Amino acid sequence: MTTALHIEGLSKTYNNGFEALKGVSFEVREGDFYALLGSNGAGKSTTIGIISSLINKTAGKVSIFGIDIDVDFPEARTHLGLVPQEFNFNVFEPVEEILINQAGFYGIPRKVATQRAEHYLRKLGLWEKRRNMARNLSGGMKRRLMIARSLMHEPRLLILDEPTAGVDIEIRHSMWQFLREINAAGTTIILTTHYLEEAESLCRNIGIIDHGIIIEDTSMRQLLGRLQRETFVLDLGDTLTSLPDLQGCDLYLLDDHTLEVILPRGEALNDVFGYLTEHGIEVLSMRNKANRLEQLFMELVENSDARQEAT
Amino acid sequence: MTGAEKYTAFRTIVIREFLRFIRIWVQTVLPPAITTALYFIIFGNLIGAQIGDMEGFRYMDYIVPGLIMMAVITNSYANVVSSFYGSKFQHNIEELLVSPVPNYIILLGYVSGGVARGTVVGIIVTIVSSFFSDLQLYNIWVLLSVFILTAVLFSLAGFINGAYAQSFDDISIIPTFVLTPLTYLGGIFYSINMLPAFWQTASLANPILYMVNAFRYGFLGVSDISLVVSYAIIIGFIVILYFYSLNLLNKGHGIRT
Repeated sequence: MTTALHIEGLSKTYNNGFEALKGVSFEVREGDFYALLGSNGAGKSTTIGIISSLINKTAGKVSIFGIDIDVDFPEARTHLGLVPQEFNFNVFEPVEEILINQAGFYGIPRKVATQRAEHYLRKLGLWEKRRNMARNLSGGMKRRLMIARSLMHEPRLLILDEPTAGVDIEIRHSMWQFLREINAAGTTIILTTHYLEEAESLCRNIGIIDHGIIIEDTSMRQLLGRLQRETFVLDLGDTLTSLPDLQGCDLYLLDDHTLEVILPRGEALNDVFGYLTEHGIEVLSMRNKANRLEQLFMELVENSDARQEAT
Repeated sequence: MTGAEKYTAFRTIVIREFLRFIRIWVQTVLPPAITTALYFIIFGNLIGAQIGDMEGFRYMDYIVPGLIMMAVITNSYANVVSSFYGSKFQHNIEELLVSPVPNYIILLGYVSGGVARGTVVGIIVTIVSSFFSDLQLYNIWVLLSVFILTAVLFSLAGFINGAYAQSFDDISIIPTFVLTPLTYLGGIFYSINMLPAFWQTASLANPILYMVNAFRYGFLGVSDISLVVSYAIIIGFIVILYFYSLNLLNKGHGIRT
């Protein structure tokens, strides 16, 4: 399979001396849905800025579908679509015009651009707003407009920098569905997000960046496989006044109807259910307390921080 | 990008720039028409009547070319500086920066937008002028070429200002403290032959003087400066400012970190 994005030894030192990237290397295969995660200031946006030419790199190599950006950047750019973190369209332009202009910048004739604009505006639920000035759109609509705009030249690689920030849950789910569809149709996607359940739900591979270094680059399945302990929350139908003493798990009573169970990954919950059944206590529902990826992410970043401090 | 794709990109930028200033015509197109009408009423009718003839022409007719040129200069400059800085401020310049459009096309697109506004405003001012004076036409080719070249020159100057600007104050400092004084001292309202010898020589350092005089030549057939010198100065400035602007874009000055 072709490599959609190849990054090698990427570093960036800003004029004020801040070293944002310290030799970042990773690769994204064609057709992948790749999560690039990191805390604020970890280096995600700098990496994306360099890939998309908005930030000049200090050192390193970036290739998009085998095209070195230092050799033929204009050609590399034709394969790249970008949805930046901040709204960066002209808010005084009508929605449809923003899309048609974007296509024009890639040399796409107006007739084709108009058809594509209609397709994406309908697909993303913005068709009724096509004549509205962009400033009059809601936050969620603006996010969808950014996605529609990035697709106007039908890029093979789409980079989304926190595309669902500030978007309500319903729209977020519809955006996830849309992203799954375009990924299934062959578009390689790189996603950065602070909603880790979003990354867990959408992405197949993952890179974690911290202090300008890639500290993890693996598949989502392998990463989640490292989870040592899991926490479940049980909503009880009856009052539980005292905690049982069960081997191999820790129990906490959050309130008299809510029980938290922490146990090693893969261990069965049968003992807990057995005890509750014995005492005639009904379990109404059960859920994971924390997002699994979130737990791992926190552990990895904390370990990385500890290593940084030690050195 | 192929030649056809580059042309599509260029046309897109020009149309976008054109629609931008047309959409806000109350701010961009209307004020010059009102200002010019006021100039004619005050300087032409009221004061001009006391002045009499200038270089063998009615004062009103003498100042028409300068007033049109002033509108072209200020509007082509203002269009590019506000549009380019606005794009930086709103970050929508990134739409162009991440696309494969070559930098020279971006520059030519913005400059064409400035020329378009200069042309629209210049035509409106000319129409307004026709109500107050008997417009003459001495050499249409000189008139049109100086008109376009001046608009190109000040669009480029506006682009450089926009590239360096870091705040809205920065885009008004040059027009207020440099452009306006140079325009007023550029022979719009008088012939430099009326000035003492020292100020005649000093006036030659003002590039706007060459544009105003060459443009006046196109209308009236009189100029304080040789036409060849005027063209050389205007074209020379255009070449310098073009390469300077392109260099700023290539370096990503103020738009890439």
